[in-house]
Amino acid sequence: MIHFTGFTLDWYRELFHDTRLLIIVLNTLIIALLSSIIATIIGVFGALGIYTLRKRQTKNAFLSLNNVLIVSPDVIIGASFLILFTMLGLKLGFYSVLLSHIAFSIPIVVLLVLPKLSEMKPSLIDAARDLGANNWNVLAKVVFPYITPGIFAGFFMALTYSLDDFAVTFFVTGNGFSTLSVEIYSLARRGISLNINALSTVLFVVTIVLVGIYYLITRRTNMKGVGVRK
Amino acid sequence: MQTKHYQKLYMVPYFLWIIVFVVAPLLLVLYYSFFDVEGHFTFTNYQKFFTPVYLKMTFSSFWYAFLITLIALIIAYPVAYLLTKTKHKQLWLLLIIVPSWVNLLLKAYAFIGIFGQYGLANGLLGLVGIAPKQILFTDFSFVFVAVYIFIPFMILPIFNALNELNDTYIDAAKDLGASKWTTFRRVIFPLTIGGVKSGCQIVFIPALSLFMLTRLIAGSRVITLGTAIEQHFLVTQDWGMGSTIAVFLIIAMFIIMAFTADRKRGA
Amino acid sequence: MKKLLSILVAGLLVSAALLYGVHWLNNDQGYAGDKTLTVYNWGDYIDTDLIKQFEKETGIKVVYETFDSNEAMLTKIQQGGTTYDVAVPSEYMIDKMIQANLLLPLDHAQLPNLKNIDQRFMDLPFDPKNKYSVPYFWGTVGIAYNPKLLGGKKLDSWNDLWDPSLKQKILLIDGAREVIGMGLNSLGYSLNDTNKAHLQKAKEKLSELTPNVKAIVGDENKLLMQNNEAAIAVLWSGDAADIMGENEDIDYVVPKEGSNLWFDNMVIPKTAKHVKAAHQFINFMLDAKVAAQNTEYVAYSSPNKAALQYMPKEMVEDKRFYPSPGLTKRLEVYKNLGQKNLAYYNDLFLEFKMHRK
Repeated sequence: MIHFTGFTLDWYRELFHDTRLLIIVLNTLIIALLSSIIATIIGVFGALGIYTLRKRQTKNAFLSLNNVLIVSPDVIIGASFLILFTMLGLKLGFYSVLLSHIAFSIPIVVLLVLPKLSEMKPSLIDAARDLGANNWNVLAKVVFPYITPGIFAGFFMALTYSLDDFAVTFFVTGNGFSTLSVEIYSLARRGISLNINALSTVLFVVTIVLVGIYYLITRRTNMKGVGVRK
Repeated sequence: MQTKHYQKLYMVPYFLWIIVFVVAPLLLVLYYSFFDVEGHFTFTNYQKFFTPVYLKMTFSSFWYAFLITLIALIIAYPVAYLLTKTKHKQLWLLLIIVPSWVNLLLKAYAFIGIFGQYGLANGLLGLVGIAPKQILFTDFSFVFVAVYIFIPFMILPIFNALNELNDTYIDAAKDLGASKWTTFRRVIFPLTIGGVKSGCQIVFIPALSLFMLTRLIAGSRVITLGTAIEQHFLVTQDWGMGSTIAVFLIIAMFIIMAFTADRKRGA
Repeated sequence: MKKLLSILVAGLLVSAALLYGVHWLNNDQGYAGDKTLTVYNWGDYIDTDLIKQFEKETGIKVVYETFDSNEAMLTKIQQGGTTYDVAVPSEYMIDKMIQANLLLPLDHAQLPNLKNIDQRFMDLPFDPKNKYSVPYFWGTVGIAYNPKLLGGKKLDSWNDLWDPSLKQKILLIDGAREVIGMGLNSLGYSLNDTNKAHLQKAKEKLSELTPNVKAIVGDENKLLMQNNEAAIAVLWSGDAADIMGENEDIDYVVPKEGSNLWFDNMVIPKTAKHVKAAHQFINFMLDAKVAAQNTEYVAYSSPNKAALQYMPKEMVEDKRFYPSPGLTKRLEVYKNLGQKNLAYYNDLFLEFKMHRK
């Protein structure tokens, strides 16, 4: 801050020549996308399952188990997953990181989808059934449209968790596989260089642009937008 | 019978997840909590937890987590409400979420710059004629940054709840002569309590086990249970004590969940 | 529903495209082949041009992974899962790793460049006869301070820090052995003292330091010192060198009562798969010219005597980072005190931290 002498694009130039860093960025994005998609799918069905449970006690027991990973500090999750994976004989790398990210993203999806489900009036489902809808029809035509905002919220939060996670990834990664967070934290001992800041800026701008494009597309094709009140 | 089978089928991945990634690690943590640094079976970790040092730590963790959740809620509710009134609400919501995709460490470093002696915050204070203050490494900076980091997690569920709110209820309340405050207290808030609850859970529970920030922003003035666990696992390598603290954290979480559980709905 | 599905498909397509991209890049870089070497080092602790040079000379592809603390690295190596060929732990960790049987003995015949290392830094207590490790960088623990912020005051001893005029000015490093050690040194005890009475005394002395302590921090101390946020920091010499490179006002001193001498060392973990390549890499890093280039990049103190002649004079003659043999005699290397004693150090440190409010 004190030695601020002027603007330069050198950091950005350096960035694009660093293949290792590029691979790390791509890995980070792949893990984030895949893990959030899979976690959202599992989480939504999990939430449905919890929702259909009849007894309140079992319901609460499930919810508590669901939240264990949210309350546990990352270091514990990371260390216990590492022990788990080595016990299972899984090779550390892409798959172990992907599995862990799916694992810690599922509870957040459940937590965000469940309130939407409980808001839904049971009469809605009964009506659909009376009209002759089978299970799949009920899910596809009634339940999913109703909980879509919750699903999106879950997906985006899962994405956030995945992109931000350092501690868990650090423990379960290996064999040359690395993500951006791990890279950034290991740089802390020597001071975070400016090209990492440049990289974050690039990623940030790219996401903002993508979000904008996505928004425009959804506005065009579907004037309603997500969950906008009719 | 058919329906039952279907239900069980699609829940299989979730059940598997609970067993492999929740129950198994939980048992591991419990197992480790009974061993001391030299690998002997012992209860001393639990005794140690009830010494003043750790009790004080527990108390301050709860206090800060409570403060963070409360402030986040006070800010998030009106923001979420205003968001539902804007034209491009989904876009605004995304713009609030996207910054949370920037790495926590980079954000913390940015705040060290902002709150520093020569940083933006003191610069602004200087403009209104207030002498530079020590902002970094205070309770204020710690709570501020923690709230900043957690607030999207609070806004999202509340926004969803508010967005689903049926306007006819509010109109009905108005027609019946309710004031704005009464409408909010008797109609809007109760109808969005689900969102508020999930928001509080998503903020309070991780806030209990916050670490990183306690050192980066609070200069180790604040020591939370999360900090202690992190230290025991990564620095002192006393996995037993770390696990013991984790066991208490998980118990605390169970209690919180019991308190905020959905009471009105049986099935 | 349609919308959910289309987003799902889009997400999967993007992931597939990215996966293909990574696959292509990996092949392009040659990481997919078998002639590889996995190096596990601290972040930004090597001049990456040297890795390229090594790859060119030997045709071995280096997979470079990083860690941010000795303990985290130990956990990873202990659990297996990745076959690290070369790692760079600090000295107290080496002792631990030897006892846990995690290291392979080095074949000195394959390391002819070992002769370049200064005899002062060979055959140290944590690894007699350098059976398992070769020093990579070394340094001290000391005080970095900014005289401009202290009215021209000079510091040269641990006890100077207790001066009441230094209220809220000191940053301490977040390490139990470093901080308790500071208390021990200031009382004239050894850094490796395990006498509980001495340790208690050190802790009591440290509690009196509380009003002067601004914060207990980690690596961010560099940023804080560079930006004049704090006037004094107790830290490792390597960090001090980094800070002084950015802010010329700052000075560094190794306190006269004595202090800690630390080493980061190259080792070959037991899980290594490419033992020969690992020796090649270590020998390469010991080469005088390579070590000189690496030292200029990293800016920590090099144990490589032969390398010094290739380095800028002002770097080598800086007594603060290359202290004379007379001063190094007063410095102590941390001994592995055993888990129980370490736990006691940590408890005291935690009490000290909690005492601060």
